[in-house]
Amino acid sequence: MTALASSRARPGLRPVPYGLTAGLILLVLAASILSLTSGAAGLGLGTLLKAPFSAEGLTLRDKVVLYDIRLPRLVMGLAVGAALAVSGVLLQGLFRNPLADPGIVGIGAGAGLGAVMAIVLGSFLPLWMADLIGAHLVPFAAFFGGWAATLLLYRAATAGGRTDVATMLLAGIALGALAGAVTGVMVYMADDKQLRDLTFWGMGSLAGATWGRLAAALPLILLVLLIAPGLARGLNALALGEAQAAHLGHNVQSVKRRAIFGAAAATGAAVAVSGGIGFVGIVVPHLLRLAMGPDHRLLLPHSALLGAGLLVLADLASRSIVAPAELPIGILTALFGAPFFLWILLRQKGALRG
Amino acid sequence: MMRFPKPALMALALANLGLPALAESQERLIALGGSVTEIVVLLGEEGRLVARDSTSTYPPSVEALPDVGYIRALSPENVLALNPALIIADGDAGPPAAVEVLQSAGIPFAVMPVTHDADGIPAKITAVGQALGKPEEGATLAASVSAGLEAAKIRAAAVPVKKKVLFLLSMNGGKLMAGGEGSSAEGIIELAGGENAAVGFQGYKPITDEAIIAAAPDVILMMDREGDLAAADAEVVAHPALGETPAGKTGAIIRMDGLLLLGFGPRTPEAAEQLYQALYGVKG
Repeated sequence: MTALASSRARPGLRPVPYGLTAGLILLVLAASILSLTSGAAGLGLGTLLKAPFSAEGLTLRDKVVLYDIRLPRLVMGLAVGAALAVSGVLLQGLFRNPLADPGIVGIGAGAGLGAVMAIVLGSFLPLWMADLIGAHLVPFAAFFGGWAATLLLYRAATAGGRTDVATMLLAGIALGALAGAVTGVMVYMADDKQLRDLTFWGMGSLAGATWGRLAAALPLILLVLLIAPGLARGLNALALGEAQAAHLGHNVQSVKRRAIFGAAAATGAAVAVSGGIGFVGIVVPHLLRLAMGPDHRLLLPHSALLGAGLLVLADLASRSIVAPAELPIGILTALFGAPFFLWILLRQKGALRG
Repeated sequence: MMRFPKPALMALALANLGLPALAESQERLIALGGSVTEIVVLLGEEGRLVARDSTSTYPPSVEALPDVGYIRALSPENVLALNPALIIADGDAGPPAAVEVLQSAGIPFAVMPVTHDADGIPAKITAVGQALGKPEEGATLAASVSAGLEAAKIRAAAVPVKKKVLFLLSMNGGKLMAGGEGSSAEGIIELAGGENAAVGFQGYKPITDEAIIAAAPDVILMMDREGDLAAADAEVVAHPALGETPAGKTGAIIRMDGLLLLGFGPRTPEAAEQLYQALYGVKG
């Protein structure tokens, strides 16, 4: 938050929107409390507040609901929402393109391909290996698929210690087409059950939130959230152009490398544990850019807050609307995110260009 | 699943004493998987069911129960909220993390073997009977289904000239999806004394027009659907490739309920019998 404080004294910059910051923190807090205290199993705020003071405390069932279902789900919602939104900011800043999202550096295609291959080919694994990896096969495959795709694109676009962003974009499109084709082969090979599995995977869900998975994904996401603010000045300078950023004294290659692999790590971890959740990475940064301008020092922390809050609310809706069943969360983020985004664009025509 | 044999026996005893309402409240039951639900109902435990999954549609009365969604996309809290004392699930229930959480809540989560073919059905019935605390009833039903399956096999083996049957899963816009080798459709066709016409590929796949003409099915088998069946049959006969096959020329189209036909549950002997009758039109 030191970046927030120093920008206040500098002329020519927009003032720090303290009201907005407070509002977003309130949103995250309110969403978290709501998420912990509502759900099909009852167990509302009243019961939770009374529990520590009553003799019997919580029943086993209530404990499982609170500690093994709602709490890991809440933490995962916060982490995944923040990871997707911050990755969106990093990549949009790096590519100087408001349409950039994790798909553009191959994470989407690679992770999707990894997951689909794990779902379809997982049944061919030798039994001892299936026992060993079991339920973790799809998350691992998704993460390493995303990571491998990013590494490949980075290598393809880097020559002489310099990464050409345009080459990376083009290579990403080619890789996406290739991944799409291989995914098609997998879909063709899949049986009915696998088809439904991979359809549901693509729509995302936080229903698989367990402490074990969080232990794997959370450190990676937190690490990226911690290094992201350090990239803010570099990304601001990059908005002027690569040469200008270099003249301003930034190590452009280092900023690029950290932004690309930071986004790959955070998104990869998020996608691995929650499947494909679209639109958070695009809508959240845009909304904030419209509200507070393009300064990455403000954009990064606020995006993390808004992404976390929105995803927790979306998850709450996903498990409430069709209870006792559950609506995949990716449907909700796109269903509400896209029209809202269009509405903003129509209202503020030209604002993005300015 | 074996941790609670005593309450289950007690419930049984209470039911025999004419106190079914009390037994129900003690043993709230969720059945996941179409064939599992069928077996539960056949074992006389429908009154205990408080919810089902979206694949459980038979008997029609279970459709009035709350639906917890697709069996492989369960929501742990929402299932838990129904307060089940026992969950009996098909082996492919998921996602694994949700099953794990439900098990950690202390709810007996009995996983049944998955049935891909007729031979697995009796074992599944036995397992459901045990999970319900009704092993004897389960064994009786398993024996009768087993006998039905044996009868179907003997009947099928006795067919002198087997008809070639093409199972069409769908024909959206003229593009045909057929049941190939190892598909559940092939299983029921063979059990009914037919021969699968679609060979050379595994599972349900799109099939080309030429392959259909080469397969030359005598009969086309499809799932029942809503609406005007005559028009639907006319569409099949009018299809350029299907119309060229013996089945298309004679209009030999059989339609059966999808879950009955492909469900591989306790009604499979009945399905085999129905299909056999439709194919050969004689009493077996």
